[in-house]
Amino acid sequence: MDRFDLAIIGAGPAGMAAAREAADHGLRVVLLDEQARAGGQIYRDVDRVTGLRGDILGADYTDGARLTARLRAEGVRHIIGAVVWAIEEGFRLSYTREGRGAQLAADRVLLATGALERPMPLPGWTLPGVMTAGAGQILLKQSGLLARRAVLVGSGPLLYLIAAQMVRAGVPPLAMVETQTRADMARAMRHLGGAVRGWSYLAKGIGLLAEITRARVPRYRAATGIAIDGEGRAEAVRFTSRGRAQRIACDTVLLHHGVVPNTQAARSLGVTHRWRADQACFAPVLDTWGGADVPGVFIAGDGGGIGGAKAAEHAGRLAALRIAECAGRLTEADRDRRAVPLRSALSRELAARPFLDTAYPPVAEALSPADATIICRCEEVAAGTIRGHAKLGCLGPNQAKAFGRAGMGPCQGRYCGLTVTALLAEANGRSPDETGYYRIRPPLKPVTLGELAAMEDTAPDSAEQERAT
Amino acid sequence: MDTDYAIIGGGVVGLSVAWGLLSRGRTVTVLDGDDGSFRASRGNFGLVWVQSKGMNQPRYARWSQRSAAIWAGFAEELAANTGQAVPLEQKGGYDLHFSEETLHATVEKYETLKAQLDGDYPFEVLGHNALRKEEPHIGPKVVGAILHHQDGHANPLKLLQALAADVRRMGGRVLTGKTVTAVTKPDAFRITCADGTTLGAGRVILSAGLGAAQLGPSMGFKAPIRPQRGQVLITEKLPKLINRPSLIARQVDEGGIQIGATNEEVGHDDRVTQPGLSGLAAEAIAAYPALARAQLVRSWGALRVLSPDGLPIYQESAEMPGAFLVTCHSGITLAAAHARLLPDWLEGTEAAPDLEVFSESRFAVS
Amino acid sequence: MNPALPFLELEAAPRVPVIFDGTALELPEGANLAAALLAAGVGVFRQTPVSGAPRAPFCMMGACFDCLVEIDGVVRQACMVEVTVGLEIRKPHGGDLGPV
Repeated sequence: MDRFDLAIIGAGPAGMAAAREAADHGLRVVLLDEQARAGGQIYRDVDRVTGLRGDILGADYTDGARLTARLRAEGVRHIIGAVVWAIEEGFRLSYTREGRGAQLAADRVLLATGALERPMPLPGWTLPGVMTAGAGQILLKQSGLLARRAVLVGSGPLLYLIAAQMVRAGVPPLAMVETQTRADMARAMRHLGGAVRGWSYLAKGIGLLAEITRARVPRYRAATGIAIDGEGRAEAVRFTSRGRAQRIACDTVLLHHGVVPNTQAARSLGVTHRWRADQACFAPVLDTWGGADVPGVFIAGDGGGIGGAKAAEHAGRLAALRIAECAGRLTEADRDRRAVPLRSALSRELAARPFLDTAYPPVAEALSPADATIICRCEEVAAGTIRGHAKLGCLGPNQAKAFGRAGMGPCQGRYCGLTVTALLAEANGRSPDETGYYRIRPPLKPVTLGELAAMEDTAPDSAEQERAT
Repeated sequence: MDTDYAIIGGGVVGLSVAWGLLSRGRTVTVLDGDDGSFRASRGNFGLVWVQSKGMNQPRYARWSQRSAAIWAGFAEELAANTGQAVPLEQKGGYDLHFSEETLHATVEKYETLKAQLDGDYPFEVLGHNALRKEEPHIGPKVVGAILHHQDGHANPLKLLQALAADVRRMGGRVLTGKTVTAVTKPDAFRITCADGTTLGAGRVILSAGLGAAQLGPSMGFKAPIRPQRGQVLITEKLPKLINRPSLIARQVDEGGIQIGATNEEVGHDDRVTQPGLSGLAAEAIAAYPALARAQLVRSWGALRVLSPDGLPIYQESAEMPGAFLVTCHSGITLAAAHARLLPDWLEGTEAAPDLEVFSESRFAVS
Repeated sequence: MNPALPFLELEAAPRVPVIFDGTALELPEGANLAAALLAAGVGVFRQTPVSGAPRAPFCMMGACFDCLVEIDGVVRQACMVEVTVGLEIRKPHGGDLGPV
């Protein structure tokens, strides 16, 4: 089994930056990622995007090529298409690549697994034609596809970005159904002072809104009672805005109300997570270098708390500095000296977060869905069922999972976990921390029994199956 | 006194006993743990199983048979009371063999047991071809199987849920999030929990699974209970592939194939391991080669609640009369017996089953 | 480009034949399979084994498992597969995994 000083999971901005930094200090680094090309979701396929698609996506996206280019330099073994499904003590990583199981060992692991869209259970959200806004972005980045007749629903800056990109491509959204209210913005204003340090985010936001307004995209604000109608697929979005009932026919619905840390791998390792009220999600408990409370485990980027791509890059490098120091490749003094500019850049990147998080809070009716709304897409469990489990004594999601199968499907709770915790916490009158979260176990992603069985006894030689890039 | 019976442990064992006592008009309070407690009730394999049990103690085989025989009626009553089905299938189960030697050795042991049970041990031996007629997906490495007609399988999670619902419906009090720290008997029983809750009870049943090992000695029990880890796998939902269950694999009513289980002495470590998963996957594929292409979607480690000889323990405390230890590894198979038969023993009625062989006196030399 | 299709394709790419659920399609070689099927007008990828409800891609990043299809007997996420010549794609378990 190949052994590395550092194994990094995820080739997004945090993972790529950390890999480069660690390798520059002489560490043997392996970077594993599920995708065929580096970039993560934020810079997905950035190396293949040129011309019109690049213009539509904008400079913030194409800037990712800076990171992928540096990744190709010496010292980092990047294993593409590697689906990591178990991380065990030691550390021993099991992964699948091109239908075959493989393993490698590492002294330390850095989880750079990024974010997931916050689950947005609304009536009709399982219908074909309903996707996350992130999915809409990925379709554009990777495949050059744009929905022709789309309605964007929810809250948050990403909605404006994708709307502006659709405007640039000549297929503006039919409407934006936004849930944030004037009261949210009023509350956010007290964070405006701090946000000035992150002025570039605010300036960009204003620019996007101007593009959307110029294209006369209808914007409905403070929307409530949102539901997606359709027989067999999405046909319209229904809602109430400013006291008036609306129904907008469409082919595609893109949902978004923020992103949350993807904590699956960290939880499988037993890393302690705490509820972050400011971001309405669980995040791992980390020291200032991204070190978790499990020795040898580090977390950087959105997986450690939502901060965005640039913040992820800085956090990745900070973690790499600490890891290089732990491995004896840097003195503490050297580490701290190099960390100074990264820390100030990181703090600048995070300055606008409190303003944005307050101005664009999650959609209330998706945090506490109506009884009939499906909250577990895989097992088709409704919110009312979870409330019923609370009446049967379920204090936490693991008991509820046993009773009603929410979280038992192939997505392993990624798109129902936060909702189940919220529903149980509300019903039992306990906090999210007291309520807890699913116990996450391998396989982190499904793996065929054939691949598993082939790994019996003889650990497969990973070298022969890798295609390092 | 707050309650006739306080039951420490709200798993399938505790709730089954609670259900039985409530049916007899007793007042019952169940003290249950938290979301993160070790819970064999949600990690078990779901078999309602007779074969291979009590090879050295026919009374255990008999006890399992009695429970299996009344399981369907119990499940139907739960379903009728709660409006939720408790899926159960009792059309026999297999012990699959990959070698003639192990098959024959097992058959010999079964014959001995059968004689001790006055012939009431209905099994037959299927060679590979006969087995293939029953199980078209069986693999060539399986030389044969013992088909035992008293075996079956249930949905253990639906059982747990139905018990939780019906115990409440019958007026049982269930206190959740409780860790019992002390049981004393100054006069009536007094139970103290970590959060300060106290409860007075006429009688106490300790059915806390592995928790009984800590609490038991303070109540006058030996409680020689240890954890044994079983790793279990479950696949994506598949079209019908497996007809009858075996200890290797069964197809659950929701469609997934459940594969089990390791036997590991690793203390209270309930994690899964790659070697554990790989070994189980390899065995399941040897039995049913089509499983090689099935996706594993979940796995878990659960801790068996084992006594030194693997048999249940039913014991009244000599130090604290009125306190009973009820613990076993086969809480699903024995659920019906615990609900329908054990209350007679607890209450000391004429109909009480003779459970002397399951007392702690068998652990005289500790 | 067909304006009746739900997605605008910014660029054209060389296409290769594949089969989805018995229907012959021409998809861009090397493209993301889920995206390519959506662009080709495939609106429903599968029915769920629980209720039989129709599903199509939701997250496009390998997390939601709504875009499941079967290729070579293995159920996989279409959004994690690239289009290759002659790909034979079926609904999971041939679509005969109805509600149990």
